[in-house]
Amino acid sequence: MRTLKFLLRKEFRQIFRNKSLLPVIFVMPIIQLLIMPLAADYEVKNINISIVDHDHSPYSQKLISKIIASGYFRLSDYSNSFNQAFEQIEKDNSDLVLEIPKDFERNLIRENTQQLYIAVNAINGTKANLGGAYLNRLIQDYNADIRTEWIQPQRYNASPTIQIASSNWFNTYLNYSFFMVPGILAFLVTMVGAYMCSLNIVKEKEVGTIEQINVTPIKKHHFILGKLIPFWVIGMFVFSVGLFGVGRLVYGIVPIGSMGSLYAFLSLYLIALLGLGLLISTYSDTQQQAMSIAFFFMMIFLLMSGLFTSIDSMPEWAKVIAQLNPVTYFIEVMRMVVLKGSGFSDIKYHFLIICGFAIFFNGWAILNYKKTS
Amino acid sequence: MHDVVLDKIRKTYNKNSLVAVDNVSLSVNKGELFGLIGPDGAGKTSIFRILTTLLLPDGGNASVSGYDVVKDYKIIRNHVGYMPGRFSLYQDLSVEENLNFFATLFGTTIKENYDLIKEIYVQIEPFKTRRAGKLSGGMKQKLALCCALIHRPTVLFLDEPTTGVDTVSRKEFWEMLKRLKSQGITIMVSTPYMDEATLCERIALIQSGKILSINTPANVIAQFPQNLFAIKSTNMSGLLKDLRDFGNIESCNAFGEYHHITLSDESDATQHELKTYLESKQHENIVLQSTTPTIEDCFIQLMNNQDGGNSN
Repeated sequence: MRTLKFLLRKEFRQIFRNKSLLPVIFVMPIIQLLIMPLAADYEVKNINISIVDHDHSPYSQKLISKIIASGYFRLSDYSNSFNQAFEQIEKDNSDLVLEIPKDFERNLIRENTQQLYIAVNAINGTKANLGGAYLNRLIQDYNADIRTEWIQPQRYNASPTIQIASSNWFNTYLNYSFFMVPGILAFLVTMVGAYMCSLNIVKEKEVGTIEQINVTPIKKHHFILGKLIPFWVIGMFVFSVGLFGVGRLVYGIVPIGSMGSLYAFLSLYLIALLGLGLLISTYSDTQQQAMSIAFFFMMIFLLMSGLFTSIDSMPEWAKVIAQLNPVTYFIEVMRMVVLKGSGFSDIKYHFLIICGFAIFFNGWAILNYKKTS
Repeated sequence: MHDVVLDKIRKTYNKNSLVAVDNVSLSVNKGELFGLIGPDGAGKTSIFRILTTLLLPDGGNASVSGYDVVKDYKIIRNHVGYMPGRFSLYQDLSVEENLNFFATLFGTTIKENYDLIKEIYVQIEPFKTRRAGKLSGGMKQKLALCCALIHRPTVLFLDEPTTGVDTVSRKEFWEMLKRLKSQGITIMVSTPYMDEATLCERIALIQSGKILSINTPANVIAQFPQNLFAIKSTNMSGLLKDLRDFGNIESCNAFGEYHHITLSDESDATQHELKTYLESKQHENIVLQSTTPTIEDCFIQLMNNQDGGNSN
């Protein structure tokens, strides 16, 4: 026990003396948590629209102001010919062209029907889809407004209509950061665990201090525990700061689920990830090698975890990879507990799976560690 | 009583393509200061790593303090001190923290064995709060020695402790080793510097993983088979070339101010013939005298012998 205490004391001393690593461990996750959710946002805003108005009537003006007032569109160009507007698309100044025909107002009132033309720049598929959909919706609204203006309200509707009332559960205001912040936090904790832990052990190899350690009668499990515990503690700390500091104060996310089961899951998850770090360190001799291997895994973990894109919409083979990714389970648990208020019984399968990961990574690492020394 | 015994130890790298240690057998007596002398790449570090249980031999047996290096590695680790050639203490921990840390790993304290390291430690004690990485080369080495001694080892392995250290510190270091020896610690030290060999009680000359000779430094010199001559003239580089062209020359090596040569025929007539030969080659101020061989001469002679033996 005394040896372990000394190992831990030495490890913490070294971490706190490392002037370049310390900010990486403690400050960077916070900064990333502040920046990434703002950037990783699928809500499409600021769609540039070119409007070709051949009518110049009060009705066409009303339509245009309705579109601009929606907040999603920005009028980049107001021109008299479609060719002029299309030039704007070619120059990438606008994403959409709305053409209002001549006699738009007159025909709409007289003949009860009128056509509008929308051209969409579809290079960015998401933006094109959403932009087109928003615009359609706005025009329908506008159409309804005009109908109420001209058609006498009847006692009963002439035709039966279905009214849809919807309510958003768990994230009432569809706040995108509510979805992203818990996920990003889960990923940052993963980084601290796997990256820092593997680099730390490899550093001992690279500097040669492991030689000096190996000739002492130190027990292998003491050495490994001495390496894992500090990063376990740091992972817990970073997570708590991220959840209660940044998540609550900056984004106003109040976890509604059981904190006990969330932290229990986190402890187990960190053990699994530290095992991965240990495993990487047994396969590399220099920090550069460890960094490259860890980076490879981190990229896959990040992109295949359901953090940005839904796993359900991935192809079958990708789903398999996502299911072999420990980060997937942690992000799921985070969202379930923080947003949905899940308790232990809801995440018990996640517990089992992460337990499996922990045994797998640590077991492999210890086997390999024995073989090489 | 032998404290270190190697019996036909063999170690290869790169799937047997590179033989680092080739059937090495030697033994070190209790309380002896034993030197392993050889150039870089001779296999010294591999032998040290096998004896300190960091490397498994591919063949043969070795024991330290009577314990087998493979089977009883755990016991050995309690009894040996190892100072690797490369400084491998924690550069970001202070002198005192390093010492404390290693004391704890060995389950002891600085206080308990302070008398053993005292003489060395007092020299670095004024800097005990300084980070180890910020120490000068000589001080780093003293700290490493303290850390290797902190658990009062019975056998101390020092791998090239004086490489890259200035002459004064080297001298001091050997003084320290002598004092440690007087405390009854068996010391095995490796060095590429031939001049340090005479400071050991017994030495093993090693080259390409093979032992050339094991003896006391005096005996190694006494076993030099021929008379050795020192020769110099005003044009030393030309002299070396011309000497090699002379028929009766057996070996000829640059050695500081003089060239050291051995002759196949040592008679006065041949010596005279050599002088006239050199004069005919326009060499001036020729001095030819008999000299006592150094360990380096012996090493080169043994090495050439072995190469000759191999090619036959």
